[in-house]
Amino acid sequence: MITMEHVCKSYKIAKRDGGIKAALTSLFHREYESIHALKDVTFTIGDGEMVGYIGPNGAGKSSTIKILSGILTPDSGTVLINGRIPYKDRVRHVKDIGVVFGQRSQLWWDVPVIDSFELLKDIYTIPEPQYRQSLEELTELLNLKELLRSPTRQLSLGQRMRCEIAASLLHRPRILFLDEPTIGLDAVSKLAVRDFILQQNKIHKTTVILTTHDMQDIEALASRILLIGKGRLLLDGTLDDIKRGGGNIDETVAELYRAYEI
Amino acid sequence: MKKYLSFFRLRFLMGLQYRAAALGGIATQFAWGFMEIMIFRAFYRADAAAFPMSFSATASYIWLQQAFLALFATWMMEKEIFDAIVNGNIVYELCRPISIYNMWFSRSMANRLSRAVLRCFPILAFAVFIPKPYGIALPASLWHFVLFLLTLLLGLAMTVSLCVLVYILAFFTISPQGLQMIFITMTDFFAGALIPLPFFPEKMQRFMELLPFAAMQNVPLRIYGGSMTRFEIQKAVLLQIFWLLVITAAGKLLCKLALKRVVVQGG
Repeated sequence: MITMEHVCKSYKIAKRDGGIKAALTSLFHREYESIHALKDVTFTIGDGEMVGYIGPNGAGKSSTIKILSGILTPDSGTVLINGRIPYKDRVRHVKDIGVVFGQRSQLWWDVPVIDSFELLKDIYTIPEPQYRQSLEELTELLNLKELLRSPTRQLSLGQRMRCEIAASLLHRPRILFLDEPTIGLDAVSKLAVRDFILQQNKIHKTTVILTTHDMQDIEALASRILLIGKGRLLLDGTLDDIKRGGGNIDETVAELYRAYEI
Repeated sequence: MKKYLSFFRLRFLMGLQYRAAALGGIATQFAWGFMEIMIFRAFYRADAAAFPMSFSATASYIWLQQAFLALFATWMMEKEIFDAIVNGNIVYELCRPISIYNMWFSRSMANRLSRAVLRCFPILAFAVFIPKPYGIALPASLWHFVLFLLTLLLGLAMTVSLCVLVYILAFFTISPQGLQMIFITMTDFFAGALIPLPFFPEKMQRFMELLPFAAMQNVPLRIYGGSMTRFEIQKAVLLQIFWLLVITAAGKLLCKLALKRVVVQGG
């Protein structure tokens, strides 16, 4: 169970004009502007739900994910995940969650993938039998057999992403955060990743929170959609709520963004 | 604890696979050691009595320094850690049930040990066969050798805890380069990496020996040659332990502070 109530977060951004004069001035005096990444965001997500979290670039999606995964501390508001405050009880909280950042890598670059997995096993203190079982299942579902013994640097993006997802699930988290998991993937890999996430949700009742710009991801995966723009939660509903008119989903969403002026 | 041992293991194994780097390192350290010894020889020829250490002890100091360079060289910091902080990959590390400080500490230890293991044996083996007084002499006694190994480890831990402190300071700056440069220059000078500490004027030496930098390579390399008295050794080891505790505690505190205000930018 995830609850976020009246959460606000702002960042301090250093600003200056271009050019030498401004650069020199800024050595002595810096100007900052604060921008509000999240303004009074409130929602609840139940166990086993699959939620698509969408919005244009800079809307506050990643900030939300970082707060939920215990990395960022919000300025105000309350966040409760399975009875814990993520940023206060970080170490215990993160045992329960898995995170995939599509644009970053968690695997060790120069060693075989399986070495990274073994390390994760120790980091999360996964008992041996459970680790074996998870590994077998993930290897089977994500088709990793040929990849485990190769160094990460020699995998293609699609292969690597499958390994990244497996790495985030070895410890059987109850909640999975996916931040643009299909970015840059080809059609086959995308379909494989989507299928896998669906199955994971079905077999283990994993709660999935997905941010993406790929509306087909949302269509395939999310039964519920949260739309965020300029730091505010604008819509909480199902895909049908958005799709009312039918037709192309990308256009519908673009229209929606325009309607909300975000 | 097992988590951190596991980090240590993986980093150690990873370090062992870079063969070309090790060969390059060995060649460089040979050339460097040889050059330094030649320079000192020129000085000693002028007036050997004017120096605080015998020429043979100085040569041993230099060869040991070159063989164990990877344990103490502060310029060998882990680029990956700085990169993770600058480009934000640190997020993955923050979503793990681990202490960032302990993790960095164990992987830095492993990184330095794996490099040293690959490099020290060829250099030591060769330096033993270089004729006296240019080569490496045997340790002053078995007892000195045991103390040498012990203080070598303490010195390594001390180096790592200083480096981790610099990694953490990188959380507070846009680019860690300036910080790194100040740190490297300072440690090279104060640790006895450029010139052994006994070669400094006496008052300055006494002051420098109290600093945390002297708790790194200075202690083991000088114990080996037997040029320190028993009392001096005791004092040096106590100072090593003291600084190790202080710097580690400071690093842990700063780490807590840094994590509270950390902001990982971009999607």
